[in-house]
Amino acid sequence: MLKIWSMKKNEDVAAKKKPKTSAAQIRVQKDLTELDLPATMKTHFADPADLLNFTLTITPDEGMYKGGAFEFSFNITTNYPHEPPKVKCLQTIYHPNVDLSGNVCLNILREDWKPVLNLNSVMVGLQYLFLEPNADDPLNKEAAIEMSKNRDTFISNVKSSMRGNTIKGVQYNNVLAKS
Amino acid sequence: MSQTTVDATSGDWEGRYDHIDQVLNTAGPRTDPGFLAGDGVKDFLRNQAKILVIGAGGLGCEILANLALTGFKDIHVIDMDTIDISNLNRQFLFRPKDVGKPKATCAAEFIMNRVPGVKVTPYFGKIQDKDEEYYMQFNLVICGLDSVEARRWMSATLVNMVDPENPESLKPLIDGGTEGFKGQARVILPSITSCYECSLDMLNKPTAFPICTIANTPRLPEHCIEWASVLEWPKVQGDKKLDTDDPEHIGWLYQVASARAKEFKIEGVTWSLTQGVVKNIIPAIASTNAIIAGMSACCNEAFKIATSSAAYLNNYFMLIGTEGVYSYTFEHEKRDDCPVCGGESLDLTISKDLTVEQIIELLVERQDIQIKKPSLATPTSQIYLQAPPQLEQATRPNLSKKVSELVAEDGEVTVTSTSLPFSLSLRIHYN
Repeated sequence: MLKIWSMKKNEDVAAKKKPKTSAAQIRVQKDLTELDLPATMKTHFADPADLLNFTLTITPDEGMYKGGAFEFSFNITTNYPHEPPKVKCLQTIYHPNVDLSGNVCLNILREDWKPVLNLNSVMVGLQYLFLEPNADDPLNKEAAIEMSKNRDTFISNVKSSMRGNTIKGVQYNNVLAKS
Repeated sequence: MSQTTVDATSGDWEGRYDHIDQVLNTAGPRTDPGFLAGDGVKDFLRNQAKILVIGAGGLGCEILANLALTGFKDIHVIDMDTIDISNLNRQFLFRPKDVGKPKATCAAEFIMNRVPGVKVTPYFGKIQDKDEEYYMQFNLVICGLDSVEARRWMSATLVNMVDPENPESLKPLIDGGTEGFKGQARVILPSITSCYECSLDMLNKPTAFPICTIANTPRLPEHCIEWASVLEWPKVQGDKKLDTDDPEHIGWLYQVASARAKEFKIEGVTWSLTQGVVKNIIPAIASTNAIIAGMSACCNEAFKIATSSAAYLNNYFMLIGTEGVYSYTFEHEKRDDCPVCGGESLDLTISKDLTVEQIIELLVERQDIQIKKPSLATPTSQIYLQAPPQLEQATRPNLSKKVSELVAEDGEVTVTSTSLPFSLSLRIHYN
């Protein structure tokens, strides 16, 4: 058998035993403790010992979604950051890029995810959806059509949906921020 | 022709290893200085070396056959899968009668029947079921896997096992992989050369389509299948988890995807494409597997490392067979900021009375690490996190606790901070 150990001795490497903490776990610790969130975003951990599952509340302070408090669940797998975090909207909301099941159309959550991105980039990306909804990549097609064809109706639908009203037969959740 | 005589104890017949012995009887110009030609090395290869093969699929079957034929006699194999009929075109240790049986067990039986004197010990299950003590018994590990997650786990486990006090704890890892006509093989000397995690960002990202394309403007059969699995399954099946190995689940997806394809006049949704998309299957090619597993890569490296009979691969071999045959070998460098094998590590001897707040001060003041606002955690719990606010608050009571209440003697603490390239690991001792 090749004498590998002698190579190790020759190398000037600090040969210390490494911890059993998984790479995904360290990466999540690093991502979370280095989050730099504006006052409009807040994380909540149902179990503070579990860093892999938590919710994010976004309370936009400008734009047509101002006044709402939008909740997203984050689920991080052990294959992070090779795989992106799984993010879902927990409320039924009227938004062109969020469907009624809570799926979110944000490129960095799927096709454009890269391990160099982090949780901060995902959260900032989510907030951006509320500042600039994008009618070109719709998940809620009706909302998207309304937004591009009749902006005023769209804005009033947004306001109405946020109060928990029904639009075109769909009952939306009341998402008004409790102040 | 003279009659073959078989040695009763070893199962070897005269001249069995004539060809391989040519390499082991005399040193050559490229043999390692530590190479001892002759009986010693043959005895090690045939009677002492214990080798672990992970995966008994396309690569694994080839690897097992090659190892057995080059003279390794104590081989273990782990695989969590059972044999599917679609495996039979390239996994040559399996026959139609084996469909449904565990791959590890069938492969082991086949090799033992075919190659006298070889003992193959199968384990039908996950690599994660086994602990360090189990992996410690082997001299070498060869991976023929199809999953990034399993590779990350195996590589990290072997890196973590390296104990500076024990030379035997360093297990060379040979990792092979194929994707259609392309393949790669690499030799990882845990903690010495770059590990699997070091090269994680070289990987192609898994194919994913924008969710809005899937929802609104499907153009490809894959879009219809993703629509069924990503959007329709959770909507219709609720909390029921999609099991990609369950034919009923695949059948449901196939039906739903076909209906969607019909609606949008898209052709090409088939059962096997459905399975391929949801399981992220890349077509495997037997000849690529043979090259990567065989004497040009994985098993050749195992033989060279086990015998020191020639220079081994340093450390990354890639094969591109898509246009002609191209191969290239290079040294993939170790990354300083690799979360598994890189980063700083530090032995810290402290008083049993030192509090968490004091150890943080101590870290901040140390000139050699110059850390700002460190967050600390053990592998199982958080000690003190600087952010986000809720976790800072939840861990704040720990600041006044003694480190010795939270971390055992010889325990590990992972420190992260914006001022570190990645992380710092501490090993805590008490005086």
